[in-house]
Amino acid sequence: MQTTETKGRYGKFGGQFVPETLMTALQELEVAYEEAQQDPAFTEELNYYLKDFVGRENPLFLAERLTKHAGGAKIYLKREDLNHTGAHKINNSLGQALLAIRMGKKKIVAETGAGQHGVATATACALLGLECVVFMGKEDVRRQELNVFRMELLGTKVVSVDKGAGTLKDAVNEALRYWVSNVEDTHYILGSALGPHPFPQIVRDFQCVIGNETKQQIVEKEGRLPDAVVACIGGGSNAIGMFHPFVDDEDVKLYGVEAAGSGISTGKHAAAIAGNQEGVLHGAYMYVLQDEDGFIQEAHSISAGLDYPAVGPEHCHLHDIKRVQYDSVTDQQALEGLQLLSRVEGIIPALESAHAVYYAVQLAKEMKEEEILVICLSGRGDKDVQTVRDALGGQA
Amino acid sequence: MTKLQVRQAIEQCNERGDKAFVPYIMAGDGGLQTLKENILFLQEAGTTAIEVGIPFSDPVADGEVIQQAGERALAEGITLRKVINELASFKEEVTVPLVIMTYLNPVLSYGLQAIAADCEKSGVYGLIVPDLPLEESDLLKDALKNSEVALIQLVSLTSPAERIQAIAQAAEGFIYAVTVNGITGVRDSFTEGLEGHLQRLKAASSVPVLAGFGISTPEHVQSLGALADGVIVGSAIVTALHKGDFASVRTLIDASKNQVTSI
Repeated sequence: MQTTETKGRYGKFGGQFVPETLMTALQELEVAYEEAQQDPAFTEELNYYLKDFVGRENPLFLAERLTKHAGGAKIYLKREDLNHTGAHKINNSLGQALLAIRMGKKKIVAETGAGQHGVATATACALLGLECVVFMGKEDVRRQELNVFRMELLGTKVVSVDKGAGTLKDAVNEALRYWVSNVEDTHYILGSALGPHPFPQIVRDFQCVIGNETKQQIVEKEGRLPDAVVACIGGGSNAIGMFHPFVDDEDVKLYGVEAAGSGISTGKHAAAIAGNQEGVLHGAYMYVLQDEDGFIQEAHSISAGLDYPAVGPEHCHLHDIKRVQYDSVTDQQALEGLQLLSRVEGIIPALESAHAVYYAVQLAKEMKEEEILVICLSGRGDKDVQTVRDALGGQA
Repeated sequence: MTKLQVRQAIEQCNERGDKAFVPYIMAGDGGLQTLKENILFLQEAGTTAIEVGIPFSDPVADGEVIQQAGERALAEGITLRKVINELASFKEEVTVPLVIMTYLNPVLSYGLQAIAADCEKSGVYGLIVPDLPLEESDLLKDALKNSEVALIQLVSLTSPAERIQAIAQAAEGFIYAVTVNGITGVRDSFTEGLEGHLQRLKAASSVPVLAGFGISTPEHVQSLGALADGVIVGSAIVTALHKGDFASVRTLIDASKNQVTSI
């Protein structure tokens, strides 16, 4: 059940819907990436940094108390939260920063929502001596002010974007405008499995380390593949990195969890697949939240990292061919997931990952004791403590 | 289908010894009723064709001025559908061809077949879709096949020679030569090498070549007009119309006249 990849297409999704000024840069990127993939020295260098700088491989942890709490399938956590910088984002930022160096580009632009991709990119740029500017929505700057300062400590310039609702979508718009204007010496490190081809493929490939490690680790521990794998979806980079290596293993059920915000029926959510409307945003044909005139709508989620009105093109295709089941979890449920994992396992997950935790616990309850479920714990929750405290009215 | 309306308007203008002048306006900036007023004014002032911009929630190819005009128009509730209906209501009074500039998603939402049919009913003979490069253009080109609506492609300074050739061969209406690396907006200077770029483009193209992005003064209109078959002026027109400064608009348009042999 391989996904089709003609000209950057995943079924009918994907493509390159960008201004002409960017086409040449995208074609150069495509060629540079193909060359890098075939160069063992590139892989060796990336693997060196992933191991000695990021701290991979990270553990696949048996969550015994969470398993007991759910009372069904055995639950494992893939600990992306233990990576340097606290989330899976660094896997992609490092890979793309190394790619930029290969292309002779010394300047980096990136967007960020929660700040995790911004911090990861700022980190990779500091490590490799690249100049970096990060665009971040004004609302996200407010929600994640510590991450802004973190990026600044790392030597990155953070630009607050006050257009639109001042969230991730607006930051991507501004990063794209910056890239169009500086395309000759700047590489755009897109943070999710989104955007024009070849970005969805590059981001997925760099994130596949998650699924590849998980596969090997679960076989070592259990002697077989899991029955279910659960990951949260904003743009969908942790999920595609986790799912892709399992796509051909048809006995492994895959579950993607979108952010239902205040609830799908309220209209205040970020669940583009649930919204079921196709369209073009930021260079790709995807499921996109939009009104009847084709204007893109703002997404709503307590979690800044899931606050995006579309879902990466490969996920859209995996939904269409029914290989992955996509559901959604509300802000309130995600908060419950966060509290639960904190109390029973001593791990405060990122609000993004907490969506997957909540969903997985409900799913595990319906599964048999001898079955195995893996949650992609995409990031740690330190960045969200303030938001969570406010949402819970100070009552942990 | 000939799709000749826009092209012929430019060619006839050049034959008279003038450079083509195509202003960009943001539809509904100041309210939907300004659309007719502005189009009739620009037509009377001597423009060759008029580019009517549709506001969009995520205008990634636009700079501050057009983004802000777009936000004002969005606040007025302007949509692609409203603009097309409004244009149809005074079509009989419009003598220059209109070209709609819109991002792709509103077009997809409107429906590809529907837009092909409705454009002609509204006097619209060209579509410019800045996020639809050559590789993806078949989708709309097929829908416009049996209409008089030309799909106008952009060429940028970064487009390599083979790509320029491919775009020029597929070109309809005119080629929109983007004169800067970047988004729309006012600039003081243009890159060196622009002249050679525009010459190569003209040599490769069987349709007229118009220069656009960053052209904001009568001097720009003359100097860049001299290198192409005409110019597109966006941000400067949008700003002038927003301020009600019609005299500046006339000065810009006048700069395109009688200058085929003057520079």
